[in-house]
Amino acid sequence: MCDTCGCNVTSGNKHLVESGGKLSTTSDGKAAVDVLHSLLHENDHQAMHNREHFDKRQTLAVNLMSSPGSGKTTLLEKTIQALSGKLKIAVIEGDLETENDAERIRRQGVDAVQITTGSACHLDAHMVHDGLHQMQLDGVDILFIENVGNLVCPASFDLGHHLNITLLSTTEGEDKPSKYPVMFRAADLLLITKADLLPVLDDFNVDKATENFRKLSKQEPVITVSSKKTDGFEQWLDWLEQQLQAHRSRLREGKSTHPNLQKDGIEMHQHHEQPHGHHHHHAD
Amino acid sequence: MTQVETLAQQHHARAIVKIILDIGPLSGIEKDLLAAAFPIASAGSLAENAQLQINDLPIRVRCNACNLESDASVNNLVCQHCGNWRTTLISGDEMLLKRIEMDT
Repeated sequence: MCDTCGCNVTSGNKHLVESGGKLSTTSDGKAAVDVLHSLLHENDHQAMHNREHFDKRQTLAVNLMSSPGSGKTTLLEKTIQALSGKLKIAVIEGDLETENDAERIRRQGVDAVQITTGSACHLDAHMVHDGLHQMQLDGVDILFIENVGNLVCPASFDLGHHLNITLLSTTEGEDKPSKYPVMFRAADLLLITKADLLPVLDDFNVDKATENFRKLSKQEPVITVSSKKTDGFEQWLDWLEQQLQAHRSRLREGKSTHPNLQKDGIEMHQHHEQPHGHHHHHAD
Repeated sequence: MTQVETLAQQHHARAIVKIILDIGPLSGIEKDLLAAAFPIASAGSLAENAQLQINDLPIRVRCNACNLESDASVNNLVCQHCGNWRTTLISGDEMLLKRIEMDT
């Protein structure tokens, strides 16, 4: 991950690095301090704040991750068309450069904010928070966050969303889950895209890809879709609808949900929500 | 670095002498790259001369069927005892700032 090369210092979180930030800590002893904090502490804190934003508005936030060119934006276009008149959708687009994807989404008649990360290879919770300030979230049923196309870094950052979807297009190869285990372990749903190409590809076997995913101890569903020919699309829309209903039920009980994350991140949240009694108020 | 500097300031430390991290192979953090970046990231900070100790943690899973623990690899978390793929990761995805030691 980019903790290593410093490229997780992004325009969204740079102020924390520069100013020294605001951090709460646990400690004991004088000279040695046992910390046991996630290295992504600041990001996780902002993510929790974003999640409160979504939950207050009953919005289900879904993070889409994949290689560049695996069909995230096309999937969103078709999904928005299929859900038109049923659900209100909004989209945050993450790319290194250009407004192209946000413009494609806006043509479908929904609100879309483009975040350009410059040279940063993933979105973080601070960038998403900045994006939220540029959109009207009230009444939005599902917010899709289309992460930067990259099978490495996006998996490590909680954005405050509820679910992770990892896309694997048939042209990428069935061994991608084995090659990028951190990314595929993060998935709440594996979506195999470009299924319309399967008849002409002799080196992609859906069962093999699924097996590689299962070897990561992943029990989450696998759905095979084509955004061009709408194969498998009903199944995908049903899954989405079920997730929205499940999320609304949880919210009625005063609960929320986390995406599949490193367990440290989740422990962090629990740590924060209970002992410190953090409450975030936001000027809307 | 922000975390350790803030901790050091809170404890009125003159310098950070050691930083201990727990890193699992499934965390997405590369130990060697992190170690190589540390002198650059820590330059001019209270941790400038600190020793960075990175503890490698093993990948271990517990089988949901036979309940036994086994070692696993990054892309194969299948139970080594009964072959079941439904397992629970019990170690291997950590990325923790575990402990810092300071001169006060």
